[in-house]
Amino acid sequence: MMDGKTDRPLVRVEQVSKEYAMGGEVLKALNGVSLTVGYGEFVAIIGPSGSGKSTLMNILGCLDTPTSGKYWLEGEEVSRLPENRLAEIRNRKIGFIFQNFNLLPKLTALENVELPLIYRGMKGAERRERAMEALRKVGLADRTRHRPAELSGGQQQRVAIARALAGSPPVLLGDEPTGALDSKTSGEVMELMLELNREGHTIILITHNMDVADQAKRIVRIADGVLDEGGGAACISPRD
Amino acid sequence: MHFAQGLKMAFKSIRSNKLRSILTMLGVIIGVGSVIALVGIGQGTSKQIEEQVQSLGTNLLTVNILGRGVTSTLAYEEAVQFAGIEGVEYAAPYNSNNATLKYGTAGAGVNVIGTNADYFPLRGYELAAGRFITQIDLDFHQKVAVLGSATAEELFGSENPVGEYVRINGVRYKVVGLLAEKGSSALGSNDELAVIPLTTAERMFRSKGVRSVYIQAESMDALDAVQAEVEARLAKIFRNGDDAYRVFNQADMLETAASVSGTLSLALGGIAGISLLVGGIGIMNIMLVSVTERTREIGIRKAIGAKKRDILMQFLIESVTISALGGLLGVGLGLAAGRAVSSLVKIDVVHSADMIALSMGFSILIGVVFGMYPANKAANLKPIDALRFE
Repeated sequence: MMDGKTDRPLVRVEQVSKEYAMGGEVLKALNGVSLTVGYGEFVAIIGPSGSGKSTLMNILGCLDTPTSGKYWLEGEEVSRLPENRLAEIRNRKIGFIFQNFNLLPKLTALENVELPLIYRGMKGAERRERAMEALRKVGLADRTRHRPAELSGGQQQRVAIARALAGSPPVLLGDEPTGALDSKTSGEVMELMLELNREGHTIILITHNMDVADQAKRIVRIADGVLDEGGGAACISPRD
Repeated sequence: MHFAQGLKMAFKSIRSNKLRSILTMLGVIIGVGSVIALVGIGQGTSKQIEEQVQSLGTNLLTVNILGRGVTSTLAYEEAVQFAGIEGVEYAAPYNSNNATLKYGTAGAGVNVIGTNADYFPLRGYELAAGRFITQIDLDFHQKVAVLGSATAEELFGSENPVGEYVRINGVRYKVVGLLAEKGSSALGSNDELAVIPLTTAERMFRSKGVRSVYIQAESMDALDAVQAEVEARLAKIFRNGDDAYRVFNQADMLETAASVSGTLSLALGGIAGISLLVGGIGIMNIMLVSVTERTREIGIRKAIGAKKRDILMQFLIESVTISALGGLLGVGLGLAAGRAVSSLVKIDVVHSADMIALSMGFSILIGVVFGMYPANKAANLKPIDALRFE
């Protein structure tokens, strides 16, 4: 995965703010956030609920655009792009891993994994091949014909990870990926993500769980819409 | 996303909601089905009428006395004089009345035609037994009758009725002839009738004069001259009474038949349009519900890279698939209903490929028109809002 792009940061966010109008008052969900993530990093963004971490996640994932500030993804300024371009960027450059998996219940595991490739316009045979490869990578090669309802929570999340991997995007974005899992499966999922990181995938996780964040190479705290970055995981003292 | 992929998705979605999809299609199925069946019946009927009219011979005039004005009837004596017009081959004045025929205990309600000898060759009847009505029967007010084959069978079974006596409204008539079977037409059966002398009929039904006259010209070329002469004579008889009579020729009748079937088609088209509109509203309704239900799905698809156009196409293809499938089933239903009707009521049902193509096209159009709003609604959902939707 690693290539010669390391001189340019993968993610560069500068002075990003996001405001919501709520009942006449302006709520600042993000207040001048700056963040840089390089290729191959494993970053955990940790913060309590209401801290703005989901807003940051949405902006990093190009699901939402900031009110002000700039966001470069692989050197491309994306904060002011039209919706169709953003959809393309989500499709090619970002792999989402959601807390509640967000698989389509009527599709099989394989079809779910194929979905981003369909929107990329990839042809049938190649698409199936890539999807199978992604499922093999997460250890679910024998569950391709199962629907999400026929899989356990951990397996569903692994299908979701396979879906995120299928398009080989430069960055995987996890929004509380272990939030809906018990501690054993959640450990397995984290293990898988660490493994992917070791293989070179860049991973950005959002969590409020310190144990999860601790496994990341780098921890960024967020509170009241402001980022507070220590040097690395070692410098952050556990919260409780 | 490719079109084939969208079609696959649409079928998957329709299959996973079978009952709902079928109920949604029902409006289109019934709309298209009724159009196909009704138009088929209408076209079949008008074709039959046309054939019937043409089978009467193309050089036929029909005079109808409408009974308005000072002089309201045409005397039999005046009517037969039409036969003397240059170029006329036959002139058959006739009255028709419904009456009850009885033979022993068997009875039948039939059309009793009072006419003269010219009626039989003019209408193309042939004898199976006995003889036709003759001029002498008219001159002497004979109580004789010629029976149609169906009437004879109803009263006499397989016996030969010639020489027997039947009662027409209680009056004894001798059966002198039996007509050969002619088959039925759109105007009704040609074999359920009894023919009696016109003069006898005038007395029996207490109606002086004739109400209709068939006049057959010797050739098509003579028809116009004959018609002009007939009209001149009628004008003389019915002074200041243009309304009292009407003369039809073959072309007029065909034209009338065509205009009737044209009006019928227009009315059917209107009904079809309304029912398809209702079907379309049904589709829109269900698609809107479906978009709301699948908000989350839309959010997921958008998050992983579906563009506006992809979502729009997905829902549009789905609604068009529903309406087209409904149209297809409707065509099947209409063809089946047409076949059932034609075998039950002995009406020819003629389906035209144009009509089938038109209603298929129209149902597809319905899918596009009524699918556009829900599809657009789905396509315009914001991914974060849609993802948050529970």
